Amino acid sequence: MSSHDHPKPAPLEIKFWTPGVLVLFAVMLIGFCFIIARYLGGLAVVTNLDNQHPWGLWIGIDVATGVALAAGGFTTAAIAHVFGRHQYEAVTRPALLTATLGYTFVAIGLAIDVGRSWALPKPLLFWQGNSVLFEVAMCVVVYTHVLYIEFVPIVVERFRGRVNLPGPFSLVNDRIERLLTLADGILDKTMWVFIIAGVVLSCMHQSGLGSLMLIAPTKLHPLWYTPILPLLFLTSAIAAGYPMVVFETTVATASFKRADEMEVLAPLTGVTKYLLGIYITLKIGDMIFRETYVYLFDGSIEGRSFIVEMLAMIIPWFMLMSKRLRAKRHTLFVACTTIVLGIALNRCNVFLIGFNPPYAVNSYFPSISEMAITACLLCSITFFYRLAVTYLPVLSAPSLASLEKES
Amino acid sequence: MNISRRRFFGVAGAMISSAAVGNAKNACAGRQPKAPPNPYGCVVDLTACVGCRTCEQACNRVNHLPPPEERLDDRTVLDHKRRPSTSAFTVINRYYSGRLDAQNQLVPTYVKVQCMHCQDPACASACITGALHKKENGAVNYDKSRCVGCRYCLVACPFQIPAYEYFDPLTPRVRKCTFCYDRIRQDEKPGCAAACPMEAITFGHRQTLLEVTHRKIAANPVRYLNKVYGEFEVGGTSWMYISREPFEKLGFLTLPHYPMPHLTETIQHGIFAYMWAPITLFAILAGVMWKINPQQMNHAPGFQAQEDPI
Ligand code: SF4
Ligand code: SF4
Ligand code: SF4
Repeated sequence: MSSHDHPKPAPLEIKFWTPGVLVLFAVMLIGFCFIIARYLGGLAVVTNLDNQHPWGLWIGIDVATGVALAAGGFTTAAIAHVFGRHQYEAVTRPALLTATLGYTFVAIGLAIDVGRSWALPKPLLFWQGNSVLFEVAMCVVVYTHVLYIEFVPIVVERFRGRVNLPGPFSLVNDRIERLLTLADGILDKTMWVFIIAGVVLSCMHQSGLGSLMLIAPTKLHPLWYTPILPLLFLTSAIAAGYPMVVFETTVATASFKRADEMEVLAPLTGVTKYLLGIYITLKIGDMIFRETYVYLFDGSIEGRSFIVEMLAMIIPWFMLMSKRLRAKRHTLFVACTTIVLGIALNRCNVFLIGFNPPYAVNSYFPSISEMAITACLLCSITFFYRLAVTYLPVLSAPSLASLEKES
Repeated sequence: MNISRRRFFGVAGAMISSAAVGNAKNACAGRQPKAPPNPYGCVVDLTACVGCRTCEQACNRVNHLPPPEERLDDRTVLDHKRRPSTSAFTVINRYYSGRLDAQNQLVPTYVKVQCMHCQDPACASACITGALHKKENGAVNYDKSRCVGCRYCLVACPFQIPAYEYFDPLTPRVRKCTFCYDRIRQDEKPGCAAACPMEAITFGHRQTLLEVTHRKIAANPVRYLNKVYGEFEVGGTSWMYISREPFEKLGFLTLPHYPMPHLTETIQHGIFAYMWAPITLFAILAGVMWKINPQQMNHAPGFQAQEDPI
């Protein structure tokens, strides 16, 4: 452990407001206006949902894709903390941050989507063990709390010994200090429980999301309706974990002008090639076993969407097979981004494109305002990510400027 | 079905813990279909219905629904197909199966659409809080005080019945035929059945209804197809239909005979029986951590702990 000389995570201490951040903020504000419209006029004024299409873009992207892509959090925790591969410690904090923000905004997205936002805690009172959605909701609630607990040490590390509130608040400085020390003491000994619980909870609700549509065998297209759908959701989320870490780390290090972390990312995706291989094998095996390949080339939108989804997994898989391509920052980024998009398409296929309700009068396509709210949530995640890495010790890649000075 | 389910549990079980596969198979050996023992039901005789829409009026009245968009005595609404909505729990649609009468005119068939009150309803199994619930008397009842508005019931219903109040910003409800719960609780006929001038809707205990209906079909083999729609569909429904025209030509869906919640509940209860799967996974991971990365169990991960071993 002492052998790795990766620098410690530290706050970036950069200027927060840049033109790019202002753009993000503008998108957030626009989306926020639509959210207000939703609470004034109901879902009907902002969405294209109807009785045949009760779930739309928000469930497909904000919730299902959001949860799948937050899998970087538990997959990195598993490899670094459970399986003790300490060379990957450097990416656990950014992945944890993404997961925490991801789940927070999954919850916010859900609150906007359900008709009675204020009633969202009701499942905690009325347990309905037959409902897959109940299981998913419970796991997500508990896991979000686990993520926040896992995040506490990062906050403690930043502020312990440095709590210095101004003016009248200074009276509580001492108390906060003691609280931080206490939290640190407790969590230091118990963190392993939360880390493992996080992995278990993730496995449960990632697969649970896949079970959701199994209640509608007559509506979900046979290309996706399979009894192993929960297993496919689980394996694809696990496979998407590291590519998502590569995606976000590359974007972050590039925009903050830090070293590219390739010495961590390249070997990490070496694992992905097996995980993705498992998923692709299951997926193709399932297709052959259920003989659903007959739908592939029937010219339907579902068939084409399935092919695109599969290609977005298979092509990057071949790219990851090559050590040479994996070692190059650009090809690695392209491969990982393709996987991330492929997962997003898969979730949309299951929840939207492959969903064929009977008696539908219109086909569903998201409205501009639905897209604006989704964009608002995505930008909010980016915004708070930047805020967190600016002020908290999350990223550890050395800045390019400091590297140049050294050499 | 059975085979593919086994196969699935073979795979899932092996992946989570090969030791526990046997356990998984026992835990989910079979989900028994659920149904109240002696529910009420209705049989709609499509050969008797004349499409007068009196049932729609009655339903509107007994459920205190808002005044309808289309006048209830306006027969031109039959020119297009409608679905039950937030303001109409039942609608009549007209179909032409292609049969001609003596004057070479197409013979219409009128189909009443409302919630089928499934014996083992998908909507109730899906509902995250149990706001939808199959009552002993056969009605699938909605309790708005439990509903969060997730609309999973709309996703789940194989007949595409529930309608949602999308225009209500804070307190939208799921709306569907109530089977006139308050009336049948007092053993009264539902509003629509009581109002029908042709007596096309027969109300009674489902089992008795089925016996009577099968005798009726046997006695009139020319008038009726030998099928009661809803006897077996999705595990049986409380509302059933008999017809002379093939049901596929009248907008009825061809549905499997097993209850829709079969697979989801088998998986859920298979994995969560005594929480064996999560507990096993937790134990395995803890074992791995203890073996490979024991210092993790004493200190939170992070660079600090590595620096200054306390
Ligand atoms: S028809 Fe649909 S809404 Fe009615 S009980 Fe069956 S599943 Fe529920
Ligand atoms: S919308 Fe309401 S009734 Fe329907 S599943 Fe959700 S909580 Fe249950
Ligand atoms: S049973 Fe009652 S609620 Fe249902 S269609 Fe008839 S009148 Fe309407």
